[in-house]
Amino acid sequence: MNTPAETSHRAAAKMLDPHHVAWVLRLADGSLVLSQRMTEWCGHGPVLEEDIAFSNIALDLLGQARLLYSHAGALEGRSRDEDAFAYWRDEAEFRNPTLVELPNGDFGQSVLRAWAYVSWQCLVWARLEESQDPALAAIAAKSIKESRYHQEHLGAWVVRLGDGTEESHRRMQAALDYLWPYTSELFHLDAVESAAMHAGIAPGLDALSETWAGHTAALLQTATLKPPAPTPFMATGRQGRHSEAMGYLLNELQSLARAHPGAHW
Amino acid sequence: MSAQASLPRDFFAAFGTTEPAPERWDGSEEHLWTLLRGIPDPEIPAISLVDLGIVRELHCESGARAATVVITPTYAGCPATEAIRQQILRVLEAAGVTSPTIELRISPPWTTDWITATGREALQQFGITPPCTIAGNVPRALQFRPACPRCGSHQTEQISAFGATPCKALHRCQQCREPFDYFKPL
Repeated sequence: MNTPAETSHRAAAKMLDPHHVAWVLRLADGSLVLSQRMTEWCGHGPVLEEDIAFSNIALDLLGQARLLYSHAGALEGRSRDEDAFAYWRDEAEFRNPTLVELPNGDFGQSVLRAWAYVSWQCLVWARLEESQDPALAAIAAKSIKESRYHQEHLGAWVVRLGDGTEESHRRMQAALDYLWPYTSELFHLDAVESAAMHAGIAPGLDALSETWAGHTAALLQTATLKPPAPTPFMATGRQGRHSEAMGYLLNELQSLARAHPGAHW
Repeated sequence: MSAQASLPRDFFAAFGTTEPAPERWDGSEEHLWTLLRGIPDPEIPAISLVDLGIVRELHCESGARAATVVITPTYAGCPATEAIRQQILRVLEAAGVTSPTIELRISPPWTTDWITATGREALQQFGITPPCTIAGNVPRALQFRPACPRCGSHQTEQISAFGATPCKALHRCQQCREPFDYFKPL
């Protein structure tokens, strides 16, 4: 057994593909940004139990982001640590899918968005356990255990609200109509995805599309929700071109670290 | 009063109030395990770090009075991990280990199946129902009705899937009506 740092160094020596770091950062940014959005519910949850649940899930996502950033830093070999990635990159350097940065909206919209991303994560973690990058495989094996709890919890809420009262159903359908076009980015095969897939690092996200669509269709049917017709729209967060919401999110996330550079607890 | 006055001044000392007086390391690996067994988990002080299954390996060299402790986090984002590191270093240094090091390892990932029988008993005594041993199958684990740690009834219901710490869920006994913590299988 090796430490994540050791395996990272070995992986770095073996694979010099610049897309490798880029791919790990996409994954890390997705976890961090969704964590930040879910944290916004802390103190504002509709019931105490969900306030706690959202904070707990946000904490797990933050844990994933920390491991992934540390790994990316080791791969890159430029002495950037997790804080350097989280606090000292600007908007265009963040490569999370747009879906996770969208404003929370109401509780139902937050639940549905988190479910969509977390269920995608579960598929990715499962396949990453066979990644050629052993440190990434270790992070995936650790994360999947937690993500499955998130998926179950959030999925139960999608059903409860979708198949709930007239009002909750109406709101969930509206949330689905709004969020749905952003989900296609999760499976979009571009140069980074393609390179990471051919190097055996990433699972090849377009291949996961069918599985995810199957899970989603089943859940939405139980929740009595109807997915809208597909559109040609493709979000561009993973290319570094974000929605208007991202700047505000980063401003809040980074302001303390930037106001007090190098500060420690 | 005197016990309070003798506490070290650093922040994490607050977690270690049950820590015994420093005992000098006799150079054996077994003694180091004994020292580690005396360190409580910062969030659930009823159970030791060793019984929780966090301490994975121990390497020591009595001549150099050096020791390396390999630990694994319970949850990836567990905020107690840093407190645990500090706590282990403090105990080892107090015992005269000159260069203790902590190695953080995430593979293989921690599972509640690593909680020892002693640890499960300690959780039960403390009022936390220990995890069922079907970790890895989340839908099945979620259907499991943990027994009430007070009256032993299986007539229990979940109040909240997430509790005061990432590793626990909140349940309620329908027999004695008392709420209780359940250690989630992971």
